Amino acid sequence: MAILLVASSVHAAPAKTLTIYTYSAFSSTPELGPAIAKAFEQKYHCKVKLVGLDDGVSLLNRLRLEGKHSRADIVLGLDNNLISAAEKTGLFASNDINLSKLSVPGGWNNTSFIPYDYGYFAFVYNQQKLKNPPRSLKELVERKDIKIIYEDPRTSTPGLGLLLWIHKVYGDKASQAWQQLAQKTITVPKSWSDAYGMFLKGESDMVLSYTTSPAYHIMMEHTDTYQAADFKEGHYMQIEVAARLKNAPNPELAKDFLRFMLTPAFQERIPTGNWMYPVTRVKLPKAFNQLPVPAKALSYSPQEVAKNRQAWVRQWRSAVTQ
Amino acid sequence: MKHRPLWWLPATVATLLILSGAIAPLGALLLQSSDSSLSMTLSDPYIIHVIVFSLKQATLSTLLSLILAIPIARALARRSFPGRSLLLRLFGLSLVLPVIVAVYGIVNVYGHDGWLNQLLELLQLPRWGSLYGLQGILLAHVFFNMPLCTRMLLQGIESIPSNNWRLASQLGMSSGMIFRLLEWPAMRSQLCGLISLVFMLCFTSFATVMALGGGPASTTLEVAIFQALRYNFDLQSAGQLALIQLALTCVVLLVNQWFNKPLPSSADSYSSQLRPDRHTLSSKFCDSLLILLGILIYLPPLLAIVISGLNLQLVKDLMHPVLWQACWTSLKIAVSSGLLSLLLAVLMLLTTRHLRIRMQCRLPATLLESCGSIILVLPGVVLSTGLFILLMPWLDVFGVGFYLVILVNALMALPYTLRTLNTPMQLLVQNYDKLCDSLGITGLRRLRVIEWHQLRRPIAIALSLGMILSVGDLGAIAMFGSDQLQTLPYLLYLQLGSYQTQHGAATALILLLLCFFIFWCVEKGLGGQNARDS
Repeated sequence: MAILLVASSVHAAPAKTLTIYTYSAFSSTPELGPAIAKAFEQKYHCKVKLVGLDDGVSLLNRLRLEGKHSRADIVLGLDNNLISAAEKTGLFASNDINLSKLSVPGGWNNTSFIPYDYGYFAFVYNQQKLKNPPRSLKELVERKDIKIIYEDPRTSTPGLGLLLWIHKVYGDKASQAWQQLAQKTITVPKSWSDAYGMFLKGESDMVLSYTTSPAYHIMMEHTDTYQAADFKEGHYMQIEVAARLKNAPNPELAKDFLRFMLTPAFQERIPTGNWMYPVTRVKLPKAFNQLPVPAKALSYSPQEVAKNRQAWVRQWRSAVTQ
Repeated sequence: MKHRPLWWLPATVATLLILSGAIAPLGALLLQSSDSSLSMTLSDPYIIHVIVFSLKQATLSTLLSLILAIPIARALARRSFPGRSLLLRLFGLSLVLPVIVAVYGIVNVYGHDGWLNQLLELLQLPRWGSLYGLQGILLAHVFFNMPLCTRMLLQGIESIPSNNWRLASQLGMSSGMIFRLLEWPAMRSQLCGLISLVFMLCFTSFATVMALGGGPASTTLEVAIFQALRYNFDLQSAGQLALIQLALTCVVLLVNQWFNKPLPSSADSYSSQLRPDRHTLSSKFCDSLLILLGILIYLPPLLAIVISGLNLQLVKDLMHPVLWQACWTSLKIAVSSGLLSLLLAVLMLLTTRHLRIRMQCRLPATLLESCGSIILVLPGVVLSTGLFILLMPWLDVFGVGFYLVILVNALMALPYTLRTLNTPMQLLVQNYDKLCDSLGITGLRRLRVIEWHQLRRPIAIALSLGMILSVGDLGAIAMFGSDQLQTLPYLLYLQLGSYQTQHGAATALILLLLCFFIFWCVEKGLGGQNARDS
């Protein structure tokens, strides 16, 4: 009888639901978000709810708008450039997670924000349409015959990445560079998926994406038509991170998820789901060997980004409206 | 005369509701933006650009709409042809068509893979450039406002008494003289009101700019407010921009009130046959060309909505639960906000008609009514921003988003419901008060026998108007919407943004059908048997 009672109570207890805020490309790609969610559900006997919001920077804004009323347990899709701003909100908890398995360029020791993949921003083009792609960021900025699409730095982490990339390369002259870019910009969508979708439709010659994006076309479409332009100044690097909210309704489950992120069950999905580099040593598919690895990775420290982000966004806003 | 002790109560309740729904958020905006100086905001070149761009696009849109509408209205006044009344009816549709649905149609025609480019490719001509930016915004605004202007100007021309036309015939006036002496004066009386109306519509346009803006260079104030809040979490800027927007709309509205004269009642006797200038070959040619131009601007996007909806993908998309979830949410919001708006309007007018007719106090009545129209100066996005800032510290705004959208939509529809019901409700008191008093018909009985019978038709119009405005709204839902709360316009906006035009077809079609369905239901059900007469 007692056994029966216990059994039925175990059975009757409603499964906990882990709520994850993420960007739409993660939540809506079946091989990525949904597949990972299913694996986690099976292992931890719970439900996972993926809430797809536009893009990385929107995630942070959304959490700030919701404040402590947020129902999210995990936010997945912020990046190294946003960590300092995210820390300042006081919304995120630190974790005791073993980071020894991590292998990201430059190393990692932040225990609040846990990396799950990384990559390098790049402009992707169709080599059948664009025969002589620019060899440097400067050439792209100066050429007059190229139409581009890039993401909004106020909503999207690639957009923010380009903002920082331009500042790395141009420094004080960033404003002029933006003005030149504005003349060849078709539109500035709010998320990576919007931008990439428009590019594939043929709206522009180049789109801001990642050096790893061509792997998708090589593996899924068996074509090397799409290439990432290798820029000689180097490429800005992005490390994408996830974090647990202090007010998470399911803190234990959230910690489990962050640990799960660094296991092969999650990491093996990254190269062929998110088309980025995994952060632990899992085997990479062959197509990744064909991709150029930037000779030089550019980055600012989170503190430098936090100090300048608002001012640089304002500067961008003014420059492209001149 | 019968004593009515509680005459003040309905409007007091309504006014309190309206003011707490509109003034409290405004207070929150003021409080939020008082922290830093307005002059700082105004010295930001980006903000200046946004203000200038808002004014520029509204001016250009108004000019273009009118430049096209004046000759097209003249051409339509001169000609009678099969399909003319159908065309005018279709032109009337532009007022109630959800903006985002029209934008969808426009993208399908003028977008990268749109009909125009396909045609150009077929003719081996160079493709036309990108839709995004000023050109796209202007195209959409002309699409909406050219038909509106044409209809109103046509009414102006048709109000010219037939005697004048006979005289013109006898004097053998040329087309130019007719324009100068007859048509222009008839149109001019409406032109100022029309200019300020169209300017206002374009200046506060949100959905069009959101969908076709394409970056910071073509951002309007309305969109900048939204972005400050949702993109930058910059409550101060959002508050300040909202106040700037409020000040500018106030100015435009004042100008509008100043010029807005009641439309001359259309003379039934108008017949284009009387016009002496319709027989020359050149005028026939010009008119045909102009009418064709009007059709070419207006019809393709409308057709695109329907035609692109009829593809094989449609069946698959129609099975998508997200679509039906959004449809259900849209319907719930529309019904609730339509009813709320109706309730507020009726409460308000119960008191003001008492004040105006029975007590002969005109000024207080007018003041109360204008309180109901206060929302005209508070664009939906400004109101939503205010509500957001007001409520954010206390609760999960996205959690109660559903109710906030209902509130904002109801308040936005209120000026129109008030206007629709005002005259009928006043007339009723004027015409039936004595009868009711002498027969001793009071209370619920009066409501059932007299009021309902006389008012069900205008109530049906007011309700369907409120519901259709709510069904097509993007402003409030863009602010409070989330993956939990999606209406059809919001879904369509997301699909347009991510360039899923294929999937958008089903959404656009359902949204359009929902509008017709609401209109039909309310008209049939509530309007009663005499619905068709008036």
